[in-house]
Amino acid sequence: MAAKPPYSHRDPMLKKRDDFEDILEERRNSSDLRYALKCYTPVVYKGVTPNAASLLKTTVLQSDQLHYVVDQLSKETGVAADVIQEEASAILEEMAHRQQLSTVRFFAFTLSKAFKALFRSIHVNEEGIQRLQQAIQEHPVVLLPSHRSYMDFLLMSYILYTYDLVLPVIAAGMDFMGMKFVGEMLRMSGAFFIRRSFGGDKLYWTVFSEYVKTMLRNGMAPVEFFLEGTRSRTSKSLTPKLGLLNIVMDPFFKGEVFDVSLVPVSISYERILEETLYARELLGVPKPKESTSGLFKARKVLSEDYGSIHVYFGQPVSVRSLAQGKVNRCHFNLMPRHIPRRPSDETQCFVNDSAYSLVRAQEENMVLKPWVLLASLLLQNQSQGLLLDELTEQAVWLRGLSREYGAFLNWPDHMAPSEVVSSSLSLHRDLVKISGGRVQLALGGQAGPRQPCSSPITEEELMNQAVVVLSCTSYRNQALHVFLRPALLASAIHIATSAKKEEVYNSFSFLRNMLSNEFILCPGATLQDFEEACYLLGKTGALQMSQQEMQVTDSGQKTVNFLTAMLDPFLQGYQVVCRYLCEEATEALTEKQFIPAIRTFIVRLILAGSLRYYELLSSDLQKNALAALLRLGAIRKIKVADNVTLKVNRLMVNSLEDTLGGKLPTQKAVAARL
Amino acid sequence: CAECCAAANTQGILQEIMKWNGWGYSDSRFLFNKKGQAEFTGKRYRLSGMILPSLKDWFEGTFGASLQHKSPATVSAIYIYFFNAVQPPTLNEAFVEDLKSVGIPFSHDAEDRVFRAHGHCLHEIFALREGKVGRVPDLVVWPNCHNDVVKIVELACKHSVCLIPYGGGTSVSSALECPPEETRSIVSLDTSQMNRILWIDEKNLTAHVEAGIIGQDLERLLNENGYCTGHEPDSMEFSSLGGWVATRASGMKKNIYGNIEDLVVHIKMVTPRGVIEKSCLGPRMSTGPDIHHFIMGSEGTLGVVTEVTMKIRPMPEYQKYGSVVFPNFEQGVACLREVARQRCAPASIRLMDNEQFQFGHALKPQVSSIFTSFLDGLKKFYITKFKGFDPHHLCVATLLFEGNREKVLQHEKQVYDIAAKFGGLAAGEDNGQRGYMLTFVIAYLRDLGMDYYVIGESFETSVPWDRVLDICRNVKERIIRECKERGVQFPPLSTCRVTQTYDAGACVYFYFAFNYRGLSDPVHVYERVEHAAREEILANGGSLSHHHGVGKLRKEWMRETLSNVGMGMLKSVKDYVDPNNIFGNRNLL
Repeated sequence: MAAKPPYSHRDPMLKKRDDFEDILEERRNSSDLRYALKCYTPVVYKGVTPNAASLLKTTVLQSDQLHYVVDQLSKETGVAADVIQEEASAILEEMAHRQQLSTVRFFAFTLSKAFKALFRSIHVNEEGIQRLQQAIQEHPVVLLPSHRSYMDFLLMSYILYTYDLVLPVIAAGMDFMGMKFVGEMLRMSGAFFIRRSFGGDKLYWTVFSEYVKTMLRNGMAPVEFFLEGTRSRTSKSLTPKLGLLNIVMDPFFKGEVFDVSLVPVSISYERILEETLYARELLGVPKPKESTSGLFKARKVLSEDYGSIHVYFGQPVSVRSLAQGKVNRCHFNLMPRHIPRRPSDETQCFVNDSAYSLVRAQEENMVLKPWVLLASLLLQNQSQGLLLDELTEQAVWLRGLSREYGAFLNWPDHMAPSEVVSSSLSLHRDLVKISGGRVQLALGGQAGPRQPCSSPITEEELMNQAVVVLSCTSYRNQALHVFLRPALLASAIHIATSAKKEEVYNSFSFLRNMLSNEFILCPGATLQDFEEACYLLGKTGALQMSQQEMQVTDSGQKTVNFLTAMLDPFLQGYQVVCRYLCEEATEALTEKQFIPAIRTFIVRLILAGSLRYYELLSSDLQKNALAALLRLGAIRKIKVADNVTLKVNRLMVNSLEDTLGGKLPTQKAVAARL
Repeated sequence: CAECCAAANTQGILQEIMKWNGWGYSDSRFLFNKKGQAEFTGKRYRLSGMILPSLKDWFEGTFGASLQHKSPATVSAIYIYFFNAVQPPTLNEAFVEDLKSVGIPFSHDAEDRVFRAHGHCLHEIFALREGKVGRVPDLVVWPNCHNDVVKIVELACKHSVCLIPYGGGTSVSSALECPPEETRSIVSLDTSQMNRILWIDEKNLTAHVEAGIIGQDLERLLNENGYCTGHEPDSMEFSSLGGWVATRASGMKKNIYGNIEDLVVHIKMVTPRGVIEKSCLGPRMSTGPDIHHFIMGSEGTLGVVTEVTMKIRPMPEYQKYGSVVFPNFEQGVACLREVARQRCAPASIRLMDNEQFQFGHALKPQVSSIFTSFLDGLKKFYITKFKGFDPHHLCVATLLFEGNREKVLQHEKQVYDIAAKFGGLAAGEDNGQRGYMLTFVIAYLRDLGMDYYVIGESFETSVPWDRVLDICRNVKERIIRECKERGVQFPPLSTCRVTQTYDAGACVYFYFAFNYRGLSDPVHVYERVEHAAREEILANGGSLSHHHGVGKLRKEWMRETLSNVGMGMLKSVKDYVDPNNIFGNRNLL
């Protein structure tokens, strides 16, 4: 692992960010029709080859890359090459976009209407747009928006159309194609469709990667895809998928283009359209299959108020500068470039690191609404709730803290804090209730989750309450990236056996490693993260550090408590998963059974009153915990016939559980040079 | 060796008619006359004495330079030689005594020493223009024949002096720079007196030649007998046969005659271990690794090449120039690739990119008649308006056919037919001929630039066919970007051409120049940009050098180029042949 530059103590508060413009404002004041029919003449990439768009499919089908793979497959399988070539042609037909301006104009018109009905405003940083425009002219551009809603890619295209920029072509999941009419509409607005899984299918992979690369090499249009691979149902960023990033970087590695600009885009919704849908999905109500009629049913959402959207176009990242000194492009010198080969370890490591830093760039520029802070506070005070004044006071305190930590907080400073709080609460009135001046999550009935003398609730009630809690956590989760590192440190101090710096670092490293499927934690950056956390906690006076020891100050207790409480549900969740695996799991537990089984287990514990966090019911957390245990080797997958069973190393799982609970000291194994 | 010892002492003849701080002959140079028109002085070239009306506009437009802003060389030669700018020589007295006793001419004049202390890298010439002289040889010797060289090398070993062979002095790899850390006396071994053709064998079509002969003399003398070598590197007016061998040179017409490694039949080299040569003149041998390949490209680190037997050919009966205009560079490259595939490349085929095409245009001399200018206008109209070529994308290939008249015409048709398939239009003999003539005067142009705050240089690489377009685009772009990042105030000239075709790839030349007004250390900036460009070349699958060699300029990349074992092989040869590093120019390894 190449030595990383140590964390530079750049004050996150000083982060410079652009101002926003509301693009809906003009829509409210002028004709949508005229807007949809406006003269649209975007600037294009300087190296764009004429007629490239019309030749796209032919170029792909005639590429050396494809020919090579077709020949190879033909030799392997004995199927005639032209049959395979036909197959490739069919794959491409199924995949390719058919962008046309008329459809785009149709969307421009209808989306204007829909957006105005749904949202109060759509804020865009215009400086980011200018940077993008510049980037588009100079190099092939890849747009990397965050993914929280179906809305995302229509919104992106809408914005680019509004600013007269080249419309992107978008990698979309095949499930959209299920919606016959809409699927075709999306295709005509620039989406191309990829199958969700095509692991071993060489032909599919080749057609797909050539299609993307051809568009990039010719610089016809920005390519857009979601690093997170799918919509995050939890509003936490998902650990990045590397496939497409690998593909778009490849033309640079091979010298086919001078550079590629990657533009992270952060789309923040004040209220997510799919809010409760996601919560239900996470609780095990299967996601409704995308269908056109389903979409029309969603029409009732049009009557609701979804607040505002902020779209922040980040600084374009040059792949060339990223790769400087990290990737040796000479690697490709000794073989024809059209012969497919696995990326070297060095390259894979680089793509992985880049992916993480890009997702972090997305996180950094996510706009946080006051409600995010309120949700965090309310979740920590689920049982009693908070008095309105109390809540306001705490929110103001948290506002200060989050700003110190560099959050991109959109708090209207010209308004009185109490006003801010009440207007936030009213926008999210589905999730909170105010009774007797006390603000609480709207869990229905009088029964708070932990009230000891309340009558036992049914499983159905429990699930309904969990929907509210999970909806609420999806807002808190938006702020997690701000507090994550200090929170890891606070929890590490909590579970460490002593205040010795080395001990704390070991615990920090353990927790970080344990939770790295859960949060965006760049692999290999433990020390950097640790230093960042120390810096932030030290800066706010919550932590006193000497050469050897770290001590929480009296004044810092509040901060540390808040931070530990933020992370606590996750630590509890992982422990419960461990506990289940040790106590309940049978030898025959299959991978498929895992989620339902653990869910039943947790429901039981909650109903019995021995577990208080409803959010542990989230299948996301459960899956992540499983993935972490697999990664750490505490569980192994064993293939038995058609099933994959999970083989549990009970000793290891048990010790992980105890370490998470602070009952066992962190192993020395993680000690690194401090 | 009575004959050779009787030779006249003509050392320094070239030195007297050549510039001391620029390229080529003293009487030939570009200048802007009082009317602000460019002209080329002297009588030696076709362009000599001509006015170049469009050069000024091109020059000012391309570089943002102005005739008002001059940056002439600050010092004259006199300053250097008489005002002690040059360090006094560190002489090895015993060596000098022995040299006297064997009767080999030598000199320690400052002028002679400075003249042999540099090649033609930008930094070398720039320093001279500013009167900066670093470590220079302490002594210059002029051996007259192979035996003289044997004596000198023996004496050098005996008295522990460092020898640096010097041929034509046209190196562009810092190969002639004296290592500043060298503490021994440095002796420049000038081969210019070993300039005879010793015999011509018409039955086998070979000639045995002393290695100090300069390219143009060799060609002229052979021509007098009806023969030629056909080896024409761009530097052939000044570079020597020994230099070609020592750097693995390549000639413009290699498609017919081959590169130096194809031309050489036998080499004699004097090393500290003794003389190395093969025992016969067989045209090919299977006798282990070819020892010629230790010598070719050794860049003066192993010994001095003294005599070479090389192939000769009857002079071509007929020569014809030609040119083709392509709508864009991509088409041009595709055409060259096809020509190479069909193995029908003419003696020379070169493809210039658009920037270079425009540059070539700026060097068009004033036309004498209204009729020619009318014709030019008509041609331009035809290509740009009628054929729809974009003047900012079109590019031109220049061609040279050689041989039997009938075959040349047939060959010409074949090539033009291929060109037509790639949208190429024949653009006449004149354009072609002018293109080749420019090869020789282009080096003079750098001196003109340096008078007006413009510095630049060219460098080359070889690359597989499928990467030619990518490498051209990426390296040109890298140059532009690096210039910007390093504070160059004006957009640079960043252009390239494909100069040689092979079965498996091509040789690409990059030209790069910029206006350095406003920079405190322009040479440093230049070097950083060139360094970045070389990294880019290597990252794009290009070679470290096609024919300029490594010298000291490109040494740092040798290990990754050759692998550790490869470096070890070369090192062990050096250690065996020259254990005391007598040939201590420190090139290559």
